[in-house]
Amino acid sequence: MMLAAETTPFALLPALILIPIITAVILALLPASRHDYLKLVALGGSSVAGAFAVYALAAFDKADGGLQFVTRSTWVADLGLSWFLGLDGISLFLVVLTGILFPIAILATEPHHDPKPYYIWLMILMAGSFGVFMALDLLLFFLFFEVVLVPMYFLIGGWGHGRRIYAALKFFIYTMAGSALMLVGIVSLAFLTARNTGQPLTFDVTVLAEAQALSTTAQRLIFLSFALAFAVKVPLFPLHTWLPDAHTEAPTAGSVILAGVMLKLGTYGYIRFGVYLFPQAAHDLAPIFLTLGTIGIVYGAVAATVQKDLKRLVAYSSVAHLGFIILGVFSLTTQGIQGGVLQMVNHGISTGALFILVGWIYERRHTRQIAELGGLQKSAPVMAAAFTLVMFSSIGLPGLNGFTGEFLILLGGFNGARWWTVVAVSGVILAALYLLWAYQRVFHGEATGENADMRDLQWSEGLAILPLLVLIVFMGVYPKPVLERIEPAVDELLLHVAANVEGFEEPEPQAPAQPAGVTELTEALEKGEAHAEDHGDDADHQDEGDHSETDAVEGEG
Amino acid sequence: MIGANLLGSSFGGVLAQIEQTPFVRPHIDWHAVAPELVLLAGGALVTVVDVIGLEKVRRIIPSLTSLVFLAAFVPVLTLWNQQGDLPRVMWDGAYVVDNYSLVLKGLFLLSGYVIVLLSTNYMLEGDYYDSEYYQLISASVLGMLVMTSARDLVSIFVAIELVSIPAYLMAAWRKRDLKSNEAGLKYMLMGVFASALLLYGMSLLYGMAASTKLTDIAAALSIGESKPIFTLAIVFTVVGFGFKVSAVPFHTWAPDTYEGAPTPLTAFLAVASKAAGFVALLNVVIIGFPGQADVVEPLMWVLAAATMTVGNLIAIRQTNIVRMLAYSGVAQAGYMLAPLAVFGDRPGQATSAVVTYLVIYAAMNLGAFAVVIIAARKTGSGEISSYGGLFNYAPGLTVAMTLFLFSLAGIPPVGGWYAKFEIFRVLTDGGSGAGVSLAIIAAVNSVFAAFYYLAILKQMWFMPAPDGDHSRISIPPSLQAALGVTVFVTIVTGSVLIGPLSDITKLADLALP
Repeated sequence: MMLAAETTPFALLPALILIPIITAVILALLPASRHDYLKLVALGGSSVAGAFAVYALAAFDKADGGLQFVTRSTWVADLGLSWFLGLDGISLFLVVLTGILFPIAILATEPHHDPKPYYIWLMILMAGSFGVFMALDLLLFFLFFEVVLVPMYFLIGGWGHGRRIYAALKFFIYTMAGSALMLVGIVSLAFLTARNTGQPLTFDVTVLAEAQALSTTAQRLIFLSFALAFAVKVPLFPLHTWLPDAHTEAPTAGSVILAGVMLKLGTYGYIRFGVYLFPQAAHDLAPIFLTLGTIGIVYGAVAATVQKDLKRLVAYSSVAHLGFIILGVFSLTTQGIQGGVLQMVNHGISTGALFILVGWIYERRHTRQIAELGGLQKSAPVMAAAFTLVMFSSIGLPGLNGFTGEFLILLGGFNGARWWTVVAVSGVILAALYLLWAYQRVFHGEATGENADMRDLQWSEGLAILPLLVLIVFMGVYPKPVLERIEPAVDELLLHVAANVEGFEEPEPQAPAQPAGVTELTEALEKGEAHAEDHGDDADHQDEGDHSETDAVEGEG
Repeated sequence: MIGANLLGSSFGGVLAQIEQTPFVRPHIDWHAVAPELVLLAGGALVTVVDVIGLEKVRRIIPSLTSLVFLAAFVPVLTLWNQQGDLPRVMWDGAYVVDNYSLVLKGLFLLSGYVIVLLSTNYMLEGDYYDSEYYQLISASVLGMLVMTSARDLVSIFVAIELVSIPAYLMAAWRKRDLKSNEAGLKYMLMGVFASALLLYGMSLLYGMAASTKLTDIAAALSIGESKPIFTLAIVFTVVGFGFKVSAVPFHTWAPDTYEGAPTPLTAFLAVASKAAGFVALLNVVIIGFPGQADVVEPLMWVLAAATMTVGNLIAIRQTNIVRMLAYSGVAQAGYMLAPLAVFGDRPGQATSAVVTYLVIYAAMNLGAFAVVIIAARKTGSGEISSYGGLFNYAPGLTVAMTLFLFSLAGIPPVGGWYAKFEIFRVLTDGGSGAGVSLAIIAAVNSVFAAFYYLAILKQMWFMPAPDGDHSRISIPPSLQAALGVTVFVTIVTGSVLIGPLSDITKLADLALP
């Protein structure tokens, strides 16, 4: 990965980390009794940080597949430890997602007690989340990876529901169990590389990735030590059991961040610290992850179908969605990885929105049991409309963002990992089943008792969810601005894989010097959408899109 | 008869020899021994002031003692400043002042200072003999200072006894409490037993090397051929130290002693006294047995793995916070033993890792004990359940304890993670199976450890106060100071000051005489 020499007028990336921390300090100094100020300050701080993240998006050079906005300074010279931050097309959107979701999560919900520590933890979490996506020094990454655990533990344990303490402990221990071995892996990787190459010790990801100085066995073992940490985060079946508990018991903002941002640590980790650092091992061991991802897709969907608790249902749907991302990443194809990155963002938006909506239903009705809800469409039509849109996005209805990502993943997967993809497609149908069925039970039918006079969305609430709804439609109709920024980085990644894996040939070769490929694809998608919107015939369209794209691909190959 | 004759003749021979050689006073580098001398004089001063002033001076004794510790710290700094003159070797190599010993002298003096801060109110309010207590603390710390420079079996043994004997007395300081009596008695019996084993091992070493100097022993072991005797000597020595550092299976005294002893003294035992044991172990192993890695390493591997695993697993079951910290300290000792399992080809690095760990361990553990002492002033209890609701009435204290616990669990950016990183670094650097497997065991153990640290966090942050009593805790100035120092060190050693710390603890020179 090449370093872009371009610099920003100010240290953009450190600012992203510093702003939430400064906000946290201000919050700590405010008196605990001024609830209104606390929320305002937290919202202000997170919005400023979010604005900076959006600025990064605007200033990002979309033709460059390398790292941008790089800041680097030595921290501990002997240890090769440096403060090394940078963004490429893969991490850019996760940073933007973080910047958008935090203010929304703060705006959308209120803690039911002790707002001061609540907002402080959220701010620390925001700083850590930015850091973890931007860190390009392995130790720095590990530092942030562990740091985000702490505020989330307190958010779940302190402001959650029901079995919150159990859920918080489970979350912490699972994640820690994963990451403990990763530290051993990180240290081994750095030392073995330094020893084998004779270069000074460094934890710089780009240097380590270029060096590729490990024996096959060492590379596989170290890759697995990383993979375990990420598998817990994603979560991959069978390490997923912390997720339903943590997501369900967490306060709404916690669930939004957990699903929207923190799960992406795992999938992002697989791309940046799995495929990029250990291309050979990732290539050789891909079947394991494809299989686990596919199991996750089917299992998550089936488990979601039978949930009685609406929030738990959404939580299980995450297991399925994240399975798709894993499938895309380990298909090791341009479309697959691109779709995976896109789907990370999509999942963050749609599941974040779902959690917010479910949180509002719970605030009004004090229950999340599907059986106790019903007919909400009558009493809260606006909320029902928002829920419908978000739900369709989550199902992957064409024209909405979920479709674009899933489609690319399945396309890439079909070329790179055919049989796994064939099984995974069933997840698309199951998603429609569990979400539509849940919608039917919650919103349709006769509203009785408290359901009849449930309050609809207030202006402030509508305002909070609106950006997400806009993004859902925008990214579904016009994904090009996103895809064209992701593509160069993914191409560089795959070139790196091709250079370091013997006999690796991307199943669906697409020359990286052809950004036209993505344009064609998005055009095809846009056409498809226009088509779908005109005729309203989704299934037909999906078939067509599939064919035309594979045809085009075969033609190129 | 023959024996007596032999004894007589050899004795006569020695006497004759002594008469023939005129006595030459060995060169004494006064600057090099200044920290010890200041502490010795200061301890004497405390005694004299106490004897003269009696009750009238009772309140100033702790301050005086802490000043003595700080005064003794000054020559450590001046010695450190004259790097060109290091190492300063005295008495034919039996006493060496080098960077290694200076770092540790600094550590012991500052730990002693914090311990005095922790003890001040405890001793004043508890109606104990207090000036004697401070004299004994000074004596024990003096032993630690000697230990850091001791490169000879006799001075090591004298140092370790000077560290231990005052501690036996102090463990039983709450003399009206049966538990404290049990603590002192158990500690003394186990300590004496360990000393006996140690002496036995040392006598075997002396028998082979005909010298008590560690470098001579190293030389003798490397040319000698009677492997079984070496092994026996090494095993006895290591086991003797194993008691001192509470390695499993020689740890059984620790929880009972820790629980029964006055809490500040528990902090002293868990931090300073244990560190002194490690220093002795490092001296003997790194300087004395460098060629015997094939015997020492497997022994250390087993000790380290057993110590960290057993310590952590038993800690999970504890309901009393002091006992929990005791077992957690056992587990931490396991991490510190780990580098010695691979010391053979990189002794300098292993030393650095252990010393780094000792520094960070001292800060975070003393801090945790400070919180325990403060909390007990209100609740009067050491049960973990008594920490319920602490965040509601003592948020600052809770945040401090949270930092210490996360540090102990190895969560960045507080100190503990860097200590662990150093350990992993030594273990994995060689790429040997033994090192990597021990690193994996240590990693898995840190998850067990997180489990019981979180149990305390859970009480403090999420649970209601057990008796609904939300009155604030008053923290006397000395405890505030102790808390401030430990919080500061715990935070900076894991974040901004990693660089300077790694510079200070870069100790490749220990193996040199």
